[in-house]
Amino acid sequence: MRSAIHFASAALALAALSFGAMPFAVAADTPDPAADAKAFQKFFTEKFPKVKLDDFVNGPYSMNEDMHRQWEEKEQFPPYDFSLDLGKEMFAKPFKNGKSYADCFPNQGIGIRQNYPTFDEKEGKVVTLELALNRCREANGEAPFSYVKDEMAALTAYMAFTSRGKPFDIKIPNDPRALEAYENGKRYFYTRRGQLNFSCASCHVQNPGERIRAEVLAPALGILNAMPIYRSEWGGMGTISRRFTTCNSQIRGVPLEPQSDEYRDLEYYLSYVSNGLPVSGPGARP
Amino acid sequence: MSGTGRANVLKSLALATTMLIAGAASALAGASEADFKAAYAAAEAANKQAASLRNQWTPTAAALAAAKKAAEAGDFDTAVASSQEAEALAKASIYQARSEKDAWKALEIH
Amino acid sequence: MASTIRVRATSSGETTEVQALIQHPMDSGYVKDAKGDLIPPHFIQQLTFEHDGKNVFLADWGPAVSKDPYVKFSFKGGKKGDDLKISWVDNKGASDTTTAKIQ
Repeated sequence: MRSAIHFASAALALAALSFGAMPFAVAADTPDPAADAKAFQKFFTEKFPKVKLDDFVNGPYSMNEDMHRQWEEKEQFPPYDFSLDLGKEMFAKPFKNGKSYADCFPNQGIGIRQNYPTFDEKEGKVVTLELALNRCREANGEAPFSYVKDEMAALTAYMAFTSRGKPFDIKIPNDPRALEAYENGKRYFYTRRGQLNFSCASCHVQNPGERIRAEVLAPALGILNAMPIYRSEWGGMGTISRRFTTCNSQIRGVPLEPQSDEYRDLEYYLSYVSNGLPVSGPGARP
Repeated sequence: MSGTGRANVLKSLALATTMLIAGAASALAGASEADFKAAYAAAEAANKQAASLRNQWTPTAAALAAAKKAAEAGDFDTAVASSQEAEALAKASIYQARSEKDAWKALEIH
Repeated sequence: MASTIRVRATSSGETTEVQALIQHPMDSGYVKDAKGDLIPPHFIQQLTFEHDGKNVFLADWGPAVSKDPYVKFSFKGGKKGDDLKISWVDNKGASDTTTAKIQ
């Protein structure tokens, strides 16, 4: 009896396998990132009819007038200023071998934030800006920076600053692996995890604008456009990696390693669906 | 306890009290180091499985650490209880990861 | 190293509005680090803004002021092009000074 069941499930699994191997067999399941992004942006603009599309990049500050006034005041003297200066200095300073960050990036690294993450067709994986910066360091014989600490935040702050206002332009090349990475990122975004049983979407899709304790939750749309951020709660700067790992531990899940495949794919998905919204980083948040 | 006479019972009670004071109460309640090791191994195995599903919970790690600490202090009752808690948490995280395999789609914006 | 003090002072004719941001850890002495050790107190004790030879703003600060503090105030007087001297001293004896032009 038991072996019969085994046999049946093996046959099923085989069928599923061969079915899955057919490219985009079921129309309803065909990944369509462009349609996703459209639906994603429509969801938020309909949920917040008073907020202009470009304003979503200001996170909780776009959610109500009171916070918006606070933000305008804060932007006159933003707390990320020191980090920005440090980043500028670091970016300009050559490595021991005489090369610099500018040599690793198109357009000398200036005004390119909106293109990250990219999909590297040679590697078959998503490459985020943070990862590209560390790879640049390693290629030039320098030790990589921690993904969650101040140096990385300063560098990305400077690179975001030089790209301010440029619309996000994340590309998904015609490569099944790129589409898979996108799909994996989407799945990660919506999957509940941690003892609190939250997904990213529980807070940032279902409840933006609502309070979680004293904080106003940011909408997922445009959330990465403001990265890195000075978080008053942290008393310092935070990278995208820091945001992801902290989100995970806050819902009582063990965070993955920064820049693990899952986080890279998540960043890819989340950036793609915010395509067209301007870079506003570095940002400041309460 | 195998005491037959009244004196024997009293004696063992006195012994028990001494042991309680010495902080070795667990020896009476029955959980042994072997029990702890088995319970801990089961919890660790479940947590490892959760790791392979990329869905470990922080309370699992905390319960495992508490179990280890209790065992080092000789408190095998607590150690076993914490191990069992860790195993239950790890199993819940495994269940979560498996049920989310498809359930995540319910949240997706279309 | 770049200055730890950022200042912007603008004159409206009668009054001058000053905004300043100072980079300082402002450790209260009550917070523990990741290892559980107390982070020793390290905070600014005195902050002064000087215009035309006299103090226009003087703050005696303690451990309760937050990290990277921000100050905003205005004072009577001050013309465009005047110097505004800002300095702070902390409990470890460290200090920094900068001079900004009123705009």
